[in-house]
Amino acid sequence: MSAQAPVAPAPAEGTAPAATFEPVIIGFTCNWCSYRAADLAGTARTKYPPNVRLIRLMCSGRLDPTFVLKAYAEGADAVMVSGCHPGECHYIEQNYKALRRFQLLARTIEALGIEPARLQLVWASAAEGVRLANEIARVTEEVRALGPLNWPAGNMVDLDAFNLDTAWKATGGDADGPPATPGGTNPEHAAEAAR
Amino acid sequence: MSPTAKSNGAAKAGAKPKLAIFGAASCGGCDIAIVNIHEHIVEVAAAFDIVLWPTIMDGKYADIESMADGEITITLVSGSMRTDETVHLARMLRRKSKFMVAFGSCASEGCIPGLANLSSRKQIIDTAFSTTSTDNPDGIRPIWEYQAPEGVLHLPEFEPMLRTLDQVVEVDYTIPGCPPESKQIWAALQAVVAALNGTGPLPPKGSVLGAGESTVCDECARKRDVKKIDRFVRIQQVAHFDPEICLLEQGLPCNGPATRDGCGALCPAVGAPCIGCYGAADGVIDYGARLISAYASVVEAQKPDDIDKVLDGIVDPAGQFYRFSLAGSLLRSSKAAWDTDGEN
Repeated sequence: MSAQAPVAPAPAEGTAPAATFEPVIIGFTCNWCSYRAADLAGTARTKYPPNVRLIRLMCSGRLDPTFVLKAYAEGADAVMVSGCHPGECHYIEQNYKALRRFQLLARTIEALGIEPARLQLVWASAAEGVRLANEIARVTEEVRALGPLNWPAGNMVDLDAFNLDTAWKATGGDADGPPATPGGTNPEHAAEAAR
Repeated sequence: MSPTAKSNGAAKAGAKPKLAIFGAASCGGCDIAIVNIHEHIVEVAAAFDIVLWPTIMDGKYADIESMADGEITITLVSGSMRTDETVHLARMLRRKSKFMVAFGSCASEGCIPGLANLSSRKQIIDTAFSTTSTDNPDGIRPIWEYQAPEGVLHLPEFEPMLRTLDQVVEVDYTIPGCPPESKQIWAALQAVVAALNGTGPLPPKGSVLGAGESTVCDECARKRDVKKIDRFVRIQQVAHFDPEICLLEQGLPCNGPATRDGCGALCPAVGAPCIGCYGAADGVIDYGARLISAYASVVEAQKPDDIDKVLDGIVDPAGQFYRFSLAGSLLRSSKAAWDTDGEN
């Protein structure tokens, strides 16, 4: 399938829609370089895949690893971190912190079984609109080839997702499940809230 | 207790509030920590009618089941949710309790048992039943249902994923620690008793009791100044550490920067790095992410290869960053735990 080939801007309509997996990629960009590169790509009508959702940070050094993990947990297939080239940070050296965080986070997510290609670091200056667009296309195709991540964290409470035919369910012992009003059965807190 | 006696007891003015202490998937250390409040345990017994505490006294789940909803004033749950039986009991106790407390690291964030979420249920069972150290020539595996001549027997089913208490039921308060420090337990119990007597404020829902709001570093007496690390070492690799200087600055991966205070920084005081048993500090969403951030900020290297050399010193990132908090983290598990191609 053409999804395997690392192509430059590949419009989704080009391939059979039903068979093409469209990854969701969260892109964290810095205010001073990579976000402006994306802006420049837009101004210059340089196309890049719409799979990336860019979020602007003031600096790549603002990237809390929590953002990345939250993206995976809530359905992103990959995360792209982007900032000024080393030595060109608007805040002097914060992109080095971003680099170190990226490298440590990459080791951690690998230990948790997430493919390394699902976390990518791209440096792009404000003048590199075309470069950023090409990198977004490359990341998109790499992730497309990997397939969806579908992290189930948010749904794990729903054990039905695991098709569990448990003893308790079989016996009707836990048929009622959690209380109908979870936590609402607490008159003290209700009274406290009413005050 | 006969139903009559129970209703009389409930109707009597000034009847003692009921307390239940339930251990789910836990090691029993939390129960020991409670007993370690020493003679204060007598005051606990004086203040509460202890209706369930399987580790210490007899008590029947059927008696709890027959109680009215909300009849138990406070339930402390230590241990995590590993089998469908513990999930059922946690839900039942939730219905019967006014206040539900996640007691200790297992209940609040998964703790060491939560590291099982690095593997699938099949991998765990294979390891337990078929590794070379196990004498199991017939390849016997656990089953959850057994057809006996008298009928079907149900055994607690080992669920595919370990969960924390708050992933199963609504939790009112959390007391962190593995185990919680006994003096902190006593302080939390006193606060609860004061609130029940009307002599103290009721802590807001979701409060963390028996701990501080800052980090272990704040409680730690060691000196910090350079905040630069050019290597990470394991404690057995170095013969002597400076007794005064921050362990992290000496290259020992210390979890103090992300860990809630309240323990008294006992480990760093004796030269062992903090391992994070008090869980995430206030405002931290993901414990591991906060620690990754903290470590990366102090590593002194700028080139990718140099950074890698320093980071090679952290041999087990998942274990280092999620030793106590994996099940309660944003991702809750490794991919291996759930991506099993139907083999679970």
